[in-house]
Amino acid sequence: MNSQILDQLKRDKILDLLKTGKRIDGRTLDEQRPLIIETGVIPKANGSARVKLGNTEIITGVKIQPDKPFPDLGDKGILICTAEILPLADPNAEPGPPNEEVIELARVVDRGIRETEMIDLHQLVLIEDKSVIGMFIDSSVIDSGGNLFDACSYASVAGILSCTVPKWEIKDDAPVLVEGVASKPPIKTLPVSVTMARIGDYIIVDPTKDEESCMDGRITITTNSDGNICAVQKGGSDGFTAEQLLQCAETALTVGRKIRKQFEQLM
Amino acid sequence: MTEDGIRCDGRRLDELRNISIKVGVLKNADGSAYIEFGKNKILAGVFGPRDVHPKHMANPDSGILRCRYHMSPFSVTERKNPAPSRREIEISKVIKEALQPAVILKDYPRTVIDVFIEVLQADGGSRCAALDAAAVALADAGIPMRDLVSACAAGKVADRIVLDVNNEEDQEGQADMPVALMPNIGKVTLLQLDGMLKPEEFKTCMQTALVGCKRVYEVQRKALMEKYFQNGEQ
Repeated sequence: MNSQILDQLKRDKILDLLKTGKRIDGRTLDEQRPLIIETGVIPKANGSARVKLGNTEIITGVKIQPDKPFPDLGDKGILICTAEILPLADPNAEPGPPNEEVIELARVVDRGIRETEMIDLHQLVLIEDKSVIGMFIDSSVIDSGGNLFDACSYASVAGILSCTVPKWEIKDDAPVLVEGVASKPPIKTLPVSVTMARIGDYIIVDPTKDEESCMDGRITITTNSDGNICAVQKGGSDGFTAEQLLQCAETALTVGRKIRKQFEQLM
Repeated sequence: MTEDGIRCDGRRLDELRNISIKVGVLKNADGSAYIEFGKNKILAGVFGPRDVHPKHMANPDSGILRCRYHMSPFSVTERKNPAPSRREIEISKVIKEALQPAVILKDYPRTVIDVFIEVLQADGGSRCAALDAAAVALADAGIPMRDLVSACAAGKVADRIVLDVNNEEDQEGQADMPVALMPNIGKVTLLQLDGMLKPEEFKTCMQTALVGCKRVYEVQRKALMEKYFQNGEQ
């Protein structure tokens, strides 16, 4: 109950500032918080990253192992991205089965990487229809400070860029690990997710937790290196006008280019 | 798809599948609707405003909206496990958020409005069809609303932007974009995309879907008129 009153007060303050073109942390409306990427933080994983986006912090690990392909996708390797909010990351997070917010988070992160076709899954096949390489990209939110969508997506992309794929040979129809041989993952493009919040008539990029607590709507748009729009998810309790959405798409492309440069340095 | 833009099910690029909506099909629910949208067959039932259980979910300043989208095990080719999948939980959430701006919840503090959706047969675009039925069921329940919510998808199939993607097109297509609109207020309340679109295609695709939403709105309106203004009164 108290938090509802606080949220209303926060909203008034945030909106007053937005009218003068400012945000509570001094950023401009289309400015992201600084993104800090560190890779190779979990040596036991095939790839890993620790990403800070303002006060939000994520650890992602990539595990790569042979697996059976999906029945209808025998010519493709497996790619699965998950995300979870650890109980230590947020006073409101609880252990146990994921709630709808967490499921949405995981699915939106997965969709961004899948639909941009970041990884050429055809190159991860060992024997068609029988044995393929599976890449599992698991992200854990360890400190929640708003915009978990982009933070988890960046950590997942950074984790993939940092990973090495072991080599398996087929002996008697079963994959056998070849020690000491590894290659770079087959990267085709760099997905960048950009999340925006609408508060009143203002669209802001990369909302903080405070801004999220009083936003009207949210939209996450993922673009690829060729400037295509590949995944969109609208969230939040109110809508957008068609003009606002087209503006968001443009913002996602321009802001995305800056983040992509940071990814390119990891390659 | 043929050269002159005739699709695998015989439709033109900007043609919707057949839609029929029946209002008030359930006796126990406060409001209900049944929609057939192409081969989709979907029931929606609304209960409330009523007491919230569990109690701690109640909001003293406003009512809350809950939504469950569920697919029957027999609704798809391969039997679906009846337990709610992650996909269904995500769809429940986006449908709830698409309906929420239309429902005037402030008038019903400490209560809940439950929207239950059962997909009896699924055929591509089921979340849009489900949303269309749910909006009509909310209106049928007499819940004050700012506007209806009308949903329709557009997509990219064989390099062309098409309205209302069906199941085959979704499987083979390059992009699928479900959109929901409050047609009189002009606000988009649901937007998702998976696929790959150039920025200009993104714009065309969204505009195509919005035209579809407006056509769906006419069907929803007619269905409600049929139940509530049978004798020609307005």
